[in-house]
Amino acid sequence: MNKRSSWALPYFIFLVLFVVLPLVMIVIYSLQDGSGHFTLSNITKFFTDKDALSTFALSIEVAIENTLLCILIGYPAAYILADNKLNRSAVTVVLFILPMWINALMRTLATAELFNMAGIPLGKGTLLFGMCYDYLPFMIYPIYNQLKKMDKSYSEAAQDLGATPGQVFRKVTLPLSMPGVWSGVMMVFMPTVSTFAISEFLTNNKIKLFGTIIQENINNSMWNYGAALSLIMLLIIGLTTVLQGGEQAEETSGGLI
Amino acid sequence: MSEKDIIIRLDHISKSFGDKKVLDDISLYIKRGEFVTLLGPSGCGKTTTLRLIAGFGKPDEGTVTMEGKVINDVPPYQRKLNTVFQRYALFPHLDVYDNVAFGLKLQKVPEDEIEKRVKKVLKLVSMSDYEDRDVESLSGGQQQRVAIARALINKPQVLLLDEPLAALDLKMRKDMQIELKEMHKKLGITFIYVTHDQEEALTLSDTIVVMNEGKIQQIGTPIDIYNEPVNAFVADFIGESNILKGRMLRDRRVAFIKHEFDCVDEGFGEDVKVDVVVRPEDIYFTTDPAKCQFKAKVNSCIFKGVHYEMWVDTDTGYELMIQDYDPYEVGSEVMLYIDPDDIQVMKKEREANTYPGKVVGEGKVRFLDTDFACDTTGFAEGDEVTVTIRFEKVDLLDHEEDADLTGNVVFILYMGNHYHLTIKTEVGENIWVDTNDIWDKGDFVGIKILPEDIHLSKPAAGNE
Amino acid sequence: MKTKKVLAKVYIWLLLVVLYAPIVFIVVFSFTEAKSLGNWTGFSTQLYQNLFNGSMQNSSGLLAAVKNTLLIALAASIVATILGTIAAIGIYHLHGRKRGVMTFLNDIPMINPDIITGVSLFLLFVFLGISQGYLTVILAHITFCTPYVVLNVMPKLRQMNPNIYEAALDLGATPAQALRKVLVPALRPGMISGFILSFTMSLDDFAVTFFTRGTIGLDTLSTYIYADARKGGLTPELKPLMSIIFLIILIVLLVINIRQSKQQALIDKK
Repeated sequence: MNKRSSWALPYFIFLVLFVVLPLVMIVIYSLQDGSGHFTLSNITKFFTDKDALSTFALSIEVAIENTLLCILIGYPAAYILADNKLNRSAVTVVLFILPMWINALMRTLATAELFNMAGIPLGKGTLLFGMCYDYLPFMIYPIYNQLKKMDKSYSEAAQDLGATPGQVFRKVTLPLSMPGVWSGVMMVFMPTVSTFAISEFLTNNKIKLFGTIIQENINNSMWNYGAALSLIMLLIIGLTTVLQGGEQAEETSGGLI
Repeated sequence: MSEKDIIIRLDHISKSFGDKKVLDDISLYIKRGEFVTLLGPSGCGKTTTLRLIAGFGKPDEGTVTMEGKVINDVPPYQRKLNTVFQRYALFPHLDVYDNVAFGLKLQKVPEDEIEKRVKKVLKLVSMSDYEDRDVESLSGGQQQRVAIARALINKPQVLLLDEPLAALDLKMRKDMQIELKEMHKKLGITFIYVTHDQEEALTLSDTIVVMNEGKIQQIGTPIDIYNEPVNAFVADFIGESNILKGRMLRDRRVAFIKHEFDCVDEGFGEDVKVDVVVRPEDIYFTTDPAKCQFKAKVNSCIFKGVHYEMWVDTDTGYELMIQDYDPYEVGSEVMLYIDPDDIQVMKKEREANTYPGKVVGEGKVRFLDTDFACDTTGFAEGDEVTVTIRFEKVDLLDHEEDADLTGNVVFILYMGNHYHLTIKTEVGENIWVDTNDIWDKGDFVGIKILPEDIHLSKPAAGNE
Repeated sequence: MKTKKVLAKVYIWLLLVVLYAPIVFIVVFSFTEAKSLGNWTGFSTQLYQNLFNGSMQNSSGLLAAVKNTLLIALAASIVATILGTIAAIGIYHLHGRKRGVMTFLNDIPMINPDIITGVSLFLLFVFLGISQGYLTVILAHITFCTPYVVLNVMPKLRQMNPNIYEAALDLGATPAQALRKVLVPALRPGMISGFILSFTMSLDDFAVTFFTRGTIGLDTLSTYIYADARKGGLTPELKPLMSIIFLIILIVLLVINIRQSKQQALIDKK
């Protein structure tokens, strides 16, 4: 019995080498100048760099808006899909996941092209729409899973105790589905901040998001500043993970098929 | 008995998981062809013992010997014994035939012989018609039979059974008990059986090993264990019993419930504190005042199927359980007596809580990893001392505030007019408490000891 | 109740129409010859013919990208499935803090956005002086796929009777035989869904590949499309390619789901 726990060892070594060590690299590079000396200048550069700061603020703003939009549109969809009375077919659920299997860049390009054809100028509006389009399934699926596995007797018990359908939803269903919402938020918020190709396509390079600046710096061999920007992002990830308790992810995101 | 008759031998086995010591110096031998049961409450170490014999784990200390060879380092697949697992552990992806044939196929036994042996062993467990069935479509009892067949087909010299009947309903369990007993007789191999069900153990076994908290409490035949339990734990765990504080006055004379009785025990010395066990069926009603040893009043009477179970209050303020075929009306005054043969006197395991401690300052002593205030007159800082606290002087609180330390109730004994509790403290040591309050097993309690109830003495020379 | 049902249906189908519009758009315009999307020059299967006989502008590039994508996805998901399954068994038998640490580490690649995974691995490879190419991309893909395999195998371990491995040893199987004959069959459904998930995530990945592919001109479908789009003109044959991929996935997923619901119905009947 004790022996089998040692089967985790190869993966532990792998994780240390290819997950922990790379993150340490981000820290190391962000605290070095080009010639390998210790410096805080990369960090201070970010806080004095107006462009970077405004891009950062915009990214957070877009990410928040996108996440809210996804919840607003996705929650009712998940609710309907999970309700046996409203939806009997498992195929409908598959239809919502299916677009995720098409190359995201290709879909995004097509979306941008559709806007062009309709004569809608590319900008923040189209960016939000496209983002929401890309990430909606990631919000719907965990909420759907959470609602689906919820014991029906909870809502029946609430009704039995005199709750109206509205009260049942507000006081029982909604609180119990929050873990699903949280893992949806995790799957939408951070990727939105960090996306680069998608935002470029959807705004025809007019709007830069944080991911794009990281990408530009790394590609132009400004590794240290790129690492510093990544570090900022890592800190935000850490913060959001701590805020949501970090445990629900395991429960709901597994098994997309 | 010659060494050759012994098939398995455990010598001074200890085993810990993390900080928790689950087996503490276990020694035991098992004779060829014997039906041995390891009996005890959950967490007593019985399953761990079985797993060490099977090879799913190594003892930290001590040796496991099979047929004269130490097998500590022999992997399970090379041991000549097989196991019937708790909840069966049948392979869900194989049908009944393939489950049973699993061991033989690994040994590359020719296909026609496998078939012959599978058929034979399935017949033995009365599952002949189920060869092609999916194991998950079988009932619990049927899965049980397949699991036994799968273990027996390898012709093991020892069959290990880990609570094999625990998942079955009562009726099924009784039937399987009889079948297991017959199978044991027919096969003539050694059975080592693990259970927490004392009735099952008494019914099936040649020998019972009673375990608690990682230690063997008593080894003996079912009759020995029932009639002559060596301590309060065994007496309480096996069957129903009245366990009472007593005093051995001299050989063959004991006092308890504030009355004196003749008994058959000798050699305890004079005027020595003891524990006394009287089985509820061994207290008799009488109408003859000459026979009467003490009087009591019936306070409850419940029909239990075969007998009546009654609780009586003695004229001296103790509560006793009595089982009898005739009911007595609640409220009636009755006369009672006990045969000398039926009084089981046990040496007291301890008379008070004692711990090694150290004076850590003026009026301060440290034991159980906790500092307590007490009178330290006559001792200097740094002195090693023995701390003694009487059972009834330990206060239990239902909250942590102003408790000196905390613990969980792990064992409760009713002693006729008070409860004797075993509390496992957070530091892992036991503290014993006499109380009139009612607690439940598993309760989390705060423990408080007043300074005046802590007595210090010089540690006895030599080891404790 | 009736109106509620109708409203729910309308909402779902409206969402689906919006979700599928771009995909339908690609499929429709794969049947015309025009270079750019959205430009209809009459029905034609020319692009499909180009795709299959390889006669298109920089055809070698696109076909190589498709091949790379598939090879990388296959290699990464096979390794991830093996590594992840063994790891899941190990983690399942860990207790207390050690288990907490492993679960935490396993969560990191799933929580990290692609760009962080990509940049951090890029820096590691630069730091260690490892030249980047196929190997580094596959390694990077294994990194973000394995956690999902672990996550898919874990529930199967929980459902499994914990004693069956020991039962196999008890009946004379060596640990290797017990693994092959008992553990793997019991965990197979989780391993398969872990594999499929890994495969599709690897297929779809852009950011991680982008940062770890080095400068040897290694392209997957994603990086090829990205480069193409930045140059301004999409290779027109991408449209039929995407349409075909979509069709294959649609069929595979529908078959899997219909089979699943049939099995479910069978179980329910019993």
